[in-house]
Amino acid sequence: MKVGLFVPCYVDQFYPQAGIATLELLEKLGVEVEFPERQTCCGQPMANSGFSHLTGDCDELFTESFAGYDYVVAPSGSCVLHLKEHLHSKKNPSAAEDLRGRIYELVEFLTDILQIKSLKARFPHKVGVHQSCHGLRGLHLSQMSELVAPGFSKPEYLLNFVEGIELISLNRKDECCGFGGTFCVAEEAVSSKMGKDRVSDHVQNGAEYITGADLSCLMHMEGILKRQKSGVKVMHIAEILNAGE
Amino acid sequence: MVKEETQQQHKGLAEHSGLADIFNRDEQRVNWHDETLWFVRSKRDKAAHSLPEWELLRETASQIKHNVLSDLDTYLQQFEEQALINGVTVHWAADAREHNQIVHSILKKHEINRMVKSKSMLTEECHLNEYLKEHGVEVIDTDLGERIVQLAEEPPSHIVLPCIHKKKEEIGELFHTHLGTAAGESDPQVLTEAARQHLRESFLTRRLALTGVNFAVAETGEFVVCTNEGNADMGSHLADVHIASMGIEKIIPRRKDLGIFLRLLARSATGQPITTYSSHFRKPRAGQEMHIILVDNGRTVQLGREDFRNSLKCIRCGACMNTCPVYRRSGGHSYHNAIAGPIGSILAPNLDMKAYADLPFASTLCGSCSNVCPVKIDIHDQLYKWRQVLVKEGHVSPVKAMGMKVMAFTFAMPRFFAFAGKAGRVVMKYLPFVVSNKLNPWYKEREMPKPPKESFREWYKRERR
Amino acid sequence: MSSREKILAAVRANKPDLQPLPDVIIPVREEGLIEEYRRVAEGIGAKVYEVGGTAEVKELLAASFEPSQRIVSPLEDFADMAEGIEAGIDPHSFADVELAIVRAEIGVSENSALWVPEGNVSQRVIPFICQHLAILINRERIVPTLQQAYSLIGEINYGYGVFIAGPSKTADIEQSLVLGAHGPRSLRVFIVG
Repeated sequence: MKVGLFVPCYVDQFYPQAGIATLELLEKLGVEVEFPERQTCCGQPMANSGFSHLTGDCDELFTESFAGYDYVVAPSGSCVLHLKEHLHSKKNPSAAEDLRGRIYELVEFLTDILQIKSLKARFPHKVGVHQSCHGLRGLHLSQMSELVAPGFSKPEYLLNFVEGIELISLNRKDECCGFGGTFCVAEEAVSSKMGKDRVSDHVQNGAEYITGADLSCLMHMEGILKRQKSGVKVMHIAEILNAGE
Repeated sequence: MVKEETQQQHKGLAEHSGLADIFNRDEQRVNWHDETLWFVRSKRDKAAHSLPEWELLRETASQIKHNVLSDLDTYLQQFEEQALINGVTVHWAADAREHNQIVHSILKKHEINRMVKSKSMLTEECHLNEYLKEHGVEVIDTDLGERIVQLAEEPPSHIVLPCIHKKKEEIGELFHTHLGTAAGESDPQVLTEAARQHLRESFLTRRLALTGVNFAVAETGEFVVCTNEGNADMGSHLADVHIASMGIEKIIPRRKDLGIFLRLLARSATGQPITTYSSHFRKPRAGQEMHIILVDNGRTVQLGREDFRNSLKCIRCGACMNTCPVYRRSGGHSYHNAIAGPIGSILAPNLDMKAYADLPFASTLCGSCSNVCPVKIDIHDQLYKWRQVLVKEGHVSPVKAMGMKVMAFTFAMPRFFAFAGKAGRVVMKYLPFVVSNKLNPWYKEREMPKPPKESFREWYKRERR
Repeated sequence: MSSREKILAAVRANKPDLQPLPDVIIPVREEGLIEEYRRVAEGIGAKVYEVGGTAEVKELLAASFEPSQRIVSPLEDFADMAEGIEAGIDPHSFADVELAIVRAEIGVSENSALWVPEGNVSQRVIPFICQHLAILINRERIVPTLQQAYSLIGEINYGYGVFIAGPSKTADIEQSLVLGAHGPRSLRVFIVG
């Protein structure tokens, strides 16, 4: 099995450690991973702002970069959802369409494709799980609180393999953090307020770390935490699943 | 001062973000508003989770509505035919203006200049009250929440909970001024009793009552009105003339379909198992005149928009507002439209793209709205699709459009991307949410992550190649 | 072209391809209906009494209402404690009714709603204009959900009918529940048999 690692633009630039942890974790699990260097962005920042007609070149680049792999894996639910729903290619339409079905967010790749039953990791801390909306309601990484359906959580399933970890429970288990791409500046007041409220739910319930499968939300919450000079940290789930002694 | 500012924005070029910013100046109040509506969402969850068949009900309701939209002309004619047999007068209004003229003509015919009205979002959409006021007709809204916002000279901020943005002390002040309750009185029990006495007098003295319509049954020509207070019934059973105004999308095929919709409506709206009254009007009572006004006002246009026609499935329960994290923290008035929240944001651009171009952007696309919707409208997908339409139609600022072009160009050029990243974190330059500039709204309440000493691709090059 | 023609033409031009109309009957439990009815009704502020017959209803009502107060009922059984309701007279004349006693045709345990068609009240305004309302329902006429209720109602050609669940109420002021908005301040449900 050969996996193409997609490290979304802002992860590449701001959170390389999440990309490294993803790579190392997959390799530990016996997967052959490559990082195609011509990759850039999934196109979502443009599309969610209403400019999906500008994402053509981005899409072509993505299709060229990843068409040869069995799977594409990325440590970002939001980018993955966007690609699954919107990746198109004019040059090679069938390749893009085929690729859409082989793109996975890291957590779902571990639970659904690799179907891992155990993991060696240790992280002796109190951790709050942030359910990112696109991972939750788009990729169904967990059951959505609005639906009348049996509960499950793929991130928590994985985190429960980690030695020493204590998962805290939240008052609102799957409310949005307010990042929302350009929303976070276009609607600054509401976005910040949503971020503050989300962070305070974790802090009040005793989290030392906030984790999740989407760094964009974590970046937003980290921005709030840092401004509040809080000691609570954010960490991508790959880093916890890859954490050793 | 804040109120004046809000009103100015309502009249002029209102923008959701600006109005939301004003709303957020009082953080304690935002917390209160958010908690109050979250409480309603929690009640909805409890009610839904008490029915194992909930998702099947939603799916069935959705399918019935799809059927209705696909055969709406047949159902409308069937409904009209039955209503006529029942002795009801049926009117057709192409737009808001015609609707208001029809109401006024009925008032004139009976020489009536005072009337009562129970809750009808359609008449809000048509601005009926303002129209009638200009023509010398006094309208009293009889739903308590609507009466409160009417006294405050504000529009409702929520389709089910019209004065959810008002604190009881503010309502106490209004009642002190208008209904003569004691100064400083803010006990909901006492205030409701005062409203009961005041509105009872209105019910007993007004000869014309207008109600909305929750469902209209094609098969029988009857229409159903749901209230908790009993105001629609008090008004219509005492009046000589009953007018029911309805959007053409309110039709359902059969009486038995009510057995699906009424199970969903109140549970979704407030978490109640059903509203106190679900009143089925089929014929006028002896000696009474009954009118139904079927209103288009843009609905047939929306029906023709393939990506957006499903918004017409809406049964106006308000669940999408209660669950919306943006609505809860920006208030209904920030949507500057009769219908606020996620559903309002996909309905409004159909009526006027320019005036409501901001609304589809007033969302994080979190998707909670689509999940609570009892008729499974893909609300957040439609918000995304409206954004594409609005940009193509030129309703987005040129500055933003240029920024997006530069960003698209950068991401299309891997070498330039890698170089620009090295030169100073390209995303900090081009991703609009992280533009490195102290004037950027990001920095008002948030910090940016510290740029690491090397990017992932730099690390990969060094370590793995 | 009239607005009617314009609207219908626009609908025809813009509607999607025909979608099928579903017919779904959701399976239900038949046991524990009375218990469920009571729990739901009390949960929304009604009082529920299980009684053997109308004599018991009268006793219970007599304990709460004075003969001097205006009590109305279309039910012949209650002629000794309530005045009848004349169909043709001005509905405003009932403005001072303290208590109305009527019979429901169907009860629904999932939401405690009671189906009261026009024929059961003589005047539509009766269950709304009274200060207090008492409704009788036969035990065997309580069904699990609204779907069963509508199949019992079938194609009956009423002029007006209403499902009533609990007393009139509002929570419009800060979501605090207040009973007695515009209609009755209290609802007593008597399950008979």
